[in-house]
Amino acid sequence: MSIGKSEVEYISRLAMIDVADDEVEQVSAKLSKVLDLFAQMEAVNTDGVEPMAHPHEVTQRLRTDEVTETDQHEKLQAVAPATAQDMYLVPQVIE
Amino acid sequence: MLHTLSVKQMSEKLHAGEISSVELTQHYLDRISQFDPELNAYVTVTPELALEMAREADERLKNGSAGVLTGIPVAHKDIFCTDGVKTSCSSKMLDNFIAPYDAHVVALLKKAGMPILGKTNMDEFAMGSSSESSYYGPTKNPWDLNAVPGGSSGGAAAVIAANLAPMATGTDTGGSIRQPASFCGITGIKPTYGTVSRFGIIAYASSFDQAGPMTRSAEESAWMLNAMSAFDQRDSTCLEMERPDFAANLGDSLQGLKVGVPAEYFGDGLDPEVEKVVKDAIAEIEKLGATTVPVSLPNKDLAVPSYYVLAPAEASSNLSRYDGVRFGYRCENPADLQDLYKRSRAEGFGAEVKRRIMVGAYALSAGYYDAYYLKAQRLRRMVRDDFTNAFEQCDVIMGPVAPTPAFNIGEKTDDPTSMYLADLYTIPVNLGGFPGMSVPAGFANGRPVGLHIVGPYFSEAKLLNIGHQFQQVTDWHKQTPAQYQ
Repeated sequence: MSIGKSEVEYISRLAMIDVADDEVEQVSAKLSKVLDLFAQMEAVNTDGVEPMAHPHEVTQRLRTDEVTETDQHEKLQAVAPATAQDMYLVPQVIE
Repeated sequence: MLHTLSVKQMSEKLHAGEISSVELTQHYLDRISQFDPELNAYVTVTPELALEMAREADERLKNGSAGVLTGIPVAHKDIFCTDGVKTSCSSKMLDNFIAPYDAHVVALLKKAGMPILGKTNMDEFAMGSSSESSYYGPTKNPWDLNAVPGGSSGGAAAVIAANLAPMATGTDTGGSIRQPASFCGITGIKPTYGTVSRFGIIAYASSFDQAGPMTRSAEESAWMLNAMSAFDQRDSTCLEMERPDFAANLGDSLQGLKVGVPAEYFGDGLDPEVEKVVKDAIAEIEKLGATTVPVSLPNKDLAVPSYYVLAPAEASSNLSRYDGVRFGYRCENPADLQDLYKRSRAEGFGAEVKRRIMVGAYALSAGYYDAYYLKAQRLRRMVRDDFTNAFEQCDVIMGPVAPTPAFNIGEKTDDPTSMYLADLYTIPVNLGGFPGMSVPAGFANGRPVGLHIVGPYFSEAKLLNIGHQFQQVTDWHKQTPAQYQ
């Protein structure tokens, strides 16, 4: 299955990954090869087969509704690119 | 020559006071300084931490609170968070990330008293089968510097093969412990999914990822698995059950063991020399009292496409947290929030990681969810059921770990799908969540080859017993490349 420039742009938006114009051709070629691999699945009859999301098919364990976390914001924010007044700084979106 | 001792001999000497952990740890740090520049198997070496932990281990050895692994140094794959130590997952995205906590596995091995030598190189975010996609450059195979060590735990496998650590941790999402173990001639086991906590392991594909030990021998893997496997409330998929003593049955006879040999694992595409090594190894197991039975895994070839839909789909979700906001790489001068996200991810991730995120996002998107994602989940069940049916006729399944011995650096980097097929025999095991092991079994074209042993859920102790018995009558696991002896 071959995918073109518009599909690469669509996937780039979904994945939130910028793809430069000069990379589109190479990205498209390699993604197409991977999608060719997926085509092998089409021929298999899976009617009546239940999808399997997890090896053990168990329900998620719940913990008791108690506060267990301590305030570690200084330690956790120490690795942030930019912070101020205990908040993460990001570029301004609204003028 | 402390590195030529087995872990058992090291432990005995430590407990007898014949050597100290500081002495042993310094010996490995010296070897890392000498040999790692050519191998590139470590991305971070932590000499101060290692020696501080070694001094603490020596105190425990003196005061009688030491266990079997106290004082034995360990190397952690750079996917395990280590408090206060850079944890990069071999990615530019996390090049500046100092983990603020320990992974459960790291905490347990610290508790056992194992000094941390450093963090090992790997495929970026564990996505790969060769350890070439690291931001820090490829790791080389100690048996042949032109060859890859396998991936994604290639650095861990290389440090064991070259005696740059006696024990190492790895993770296996589609074969990332077993394939590099096979390529480097060491022993590695992926336990049943849920046996080892994933807390603090940087997530790739959550329903597949599982940590395990990488060592020289099955006996050493059993001891390490004993230390790193425990219930952990913080990982909701970690199984709440009693763990057995994985080393308790190492001496059991293999008399009466039924070994399933799937015809599909010995077909086209398997290197004839690899086939011979694997068949000779199975014959050796038969000499120990086992019998072979033919079994069928008819959906083997569907495992690779199924995995390469499901794992990237999970990855696209797991890796959405890398957005340049709270930690990790942030691009210069972003115009706005969208630009911050898209450029930080484009500049911070390598080509293979970006490809898998994009494939995963596409597979989950409207219009393709049923055709790709749900279809792959149905195939996952069919592959799992093949194994379940086979295990009604046999105790374990044996075959090759990979279709070839280690390939050359650069040989498969231009074609992602040819690289994906390097995990042809290991991926089905992860789809089902079964335990699987690679045991050194010989050489093909001068490069190591592993025997793949797969068992039903919770059969790790049996796999380790088989590996240990095989290693009582063979010495493949004791062989070391000449320059690292």
